[in-house]
Amino acid sequence: MAGRPLGLGPAASPPKWWWWLFVVLLGAGLLAMPSLVDISVQLDVSIMLILALLALSMSFLWGYVGILSFGQTAFFGLGGYTYAVLALNLGETTGSMLAALVLPMLFAAVLGYFMIYGRISDIYLSVMTLVVTLILEKGIRATSGDQFVIGTVRLNGQNGIPSVPSLQIPWGGGAELFIDGVFYLAAVLLILVYVGLRLLLLTHFGRVLVSIRENERRTELLGYDSRRYKLAAFVIAGAIAGLSGALYAVWGNFVAPEMFNLSQAAQVIIWVIVGGKSTLIGPIAGTALIQYLTTWLGTQGVGQVTLVLGVVLMVFVLVFNQGLLPTVGLILAGLRNRMRAGTGR
Amino acid sequence: MTGDTILETFALEKRFGGVRAIADVDFRLQTGELRCLIGPNGAGKSTFFKMITGQHRPTGGRVMFDGTDITAAPAYRIGRLGIGIKNQVPDVFDGLSTAENLWLAARFARRGPRARETVAAVVERLALAPILDAPVGELAHGQRQWVEIAMVIAREPKLILLDEPSAGMSLDETNRTAALIREVNRTTTMIVVEHDMQFIRQIATKVTVFHQGRILVEDSVDRVMSDPMVRDIYLGKQAAA
Repeated sequence: MAGRPLGLGPAASPPKWWWWLFVVLLGAGLLAMPSLVDISVQLDVSIMLILALLALSMSFLWGYVGILSFGQTAFFGLGGYTYAVLALNLGETTGSMLAALVLPMLFAAVLGYFMIYGRISDIYLSVMTLVVTLILEKGIRATSGDQFVIGTVRLNGQNGIPSVPSLQIPWGGGAELFIDGVFYLAAVLLILVYVGLRLLLLTHFGRVLVSIRENERRTELLGYDSRRYKLAAFVIAGAIAGLSGALYAVWGNFVAPEMFNLSQAAQVIIWVIVGGKSTLIGPIAGTALIQYLTTWLGTQGVGQVTLVLGVVLMVFVLVFNQGLLPTVGLILAGLRNRMRAGTGR
Repeated sequence: MTGDTILETFALEKRFGGVRAIADVDFRLQTGELRCLIGPNGAGKSTFFKMITGQHRPTGGRVMFDGTDITAAPAYRIGRLGIGIKNQVPDVFDGLSTAENLWLAARFARRGPRARETVAAVVERLALAPILDAPVGELAHGQRQWVEIAMVIAREPKLILLDEPSAGMSLDETNRTAALIREVNRTTTMIVVEHDMQFIRQIATKVTVFHQGRILVEDSVDRVMSDPMVRDIYLGKQAAA
């Protein structure tokens, strides 16, 4: 057991005090941030937080249930478009936000039902989710004409929908969230989802999900209907991705077919692989790191951002295939063991 | 508790392509029995087990368990009805600890603290305490077999199927397994697939011999082992010794 990373033990063990301390410090740090840094940094960090939700939705499925859903961007884009279309039509944003959660969930329930109850194999499930997100992208791109109108909103094809309303504070008399408000909202939601998933994995439901990842046949032989559990997990992940997409629409006041496309879908995988899918915090860190790297490379005039990101991914897949945080955990555990051996002498 | 039929198959058949792995198997098991299945490799014993537990769908015939037709039932439903199986190859949650493996099994039948009590009882019974926190994938083959047997017991089924429970075990472990099987059989009906004749002599009263997908003989241990036909196809020199 010497190889078990520090602090990354079995998911079923309840979090230690230092985990809660970490969450509180992370939360406090994030909430203090807007008063310390200027608006451009707030915008950059906001989008990291929002995209980290998308990464979480994928790593929850992949790392804990063993379902590699290549197309979490389908729910991400759907969430964004749902919010955009409803908020523009209704001029009301709280309900639109909720709808942007519910619609991706329904879509995940239907899609997941056919894939999971049809018992298609894991690899085909990955391919199908990818195809679904690409079909949605093509579908949205094909809506440039005047006839593609929902309510009063034109879908605009590949130009996307501009001037998506900002989020209004409920019962706030139409007051809108500004940049710092969106930052707070994204930070709070990310921490809630992170803690929520961590605690969910402690429940009977969560532990059965992990057992499905380990050996689905054994789970079934014990009497659990694994399909129900997998479908539920798929719907939860769809909701998180939808939430991420709606926040993305709020953040940029804009939605476009790129939300569904292949490079967006691949990005999510890169965040999760780099961060480490065996943890929940890993993909959050992976998202922040890659997003930061992308922005930084863009300002350095390297010009080959994609190429550099590709190299980063290859290094992680070949050398640190556990991902960033689990690797750091392993190194720390090794150091601790060495220190203990040293003092023990 | 003995007397009623708990498991019965009628003309059970399984084809893989053109091969009939199981053909015309009429099998009957009384409640409380401890039955051994023997037969050479490829005789269809494991396939038979997999059909009873929903891991393979029979291509013909019927399976009745405890008054329910389970021929086409999915594995989870058969598990719920009360059949537990240890597969031939250890079939456990390798990445999880022994304790978590057992809890997942026990929790299906019982809630909260009672699930933990069941786990504690099984741990005590099989002396698993030293390996409770170890990931099952890191354990020795024999230990993983024990964890799987413990999971099946923790699930508290009505019928337990064990496919080669003593494979890969030391002599001492094998003897302990035999003792455990006899003890569990006091409350639970069991079918055990085995190759080890010593082991079978320790546990069985009645033996069913499979050969080329069919039931060849079904009789007491002693008579099966002295049956010239059985000795011819399967036991060979082993039984004579």
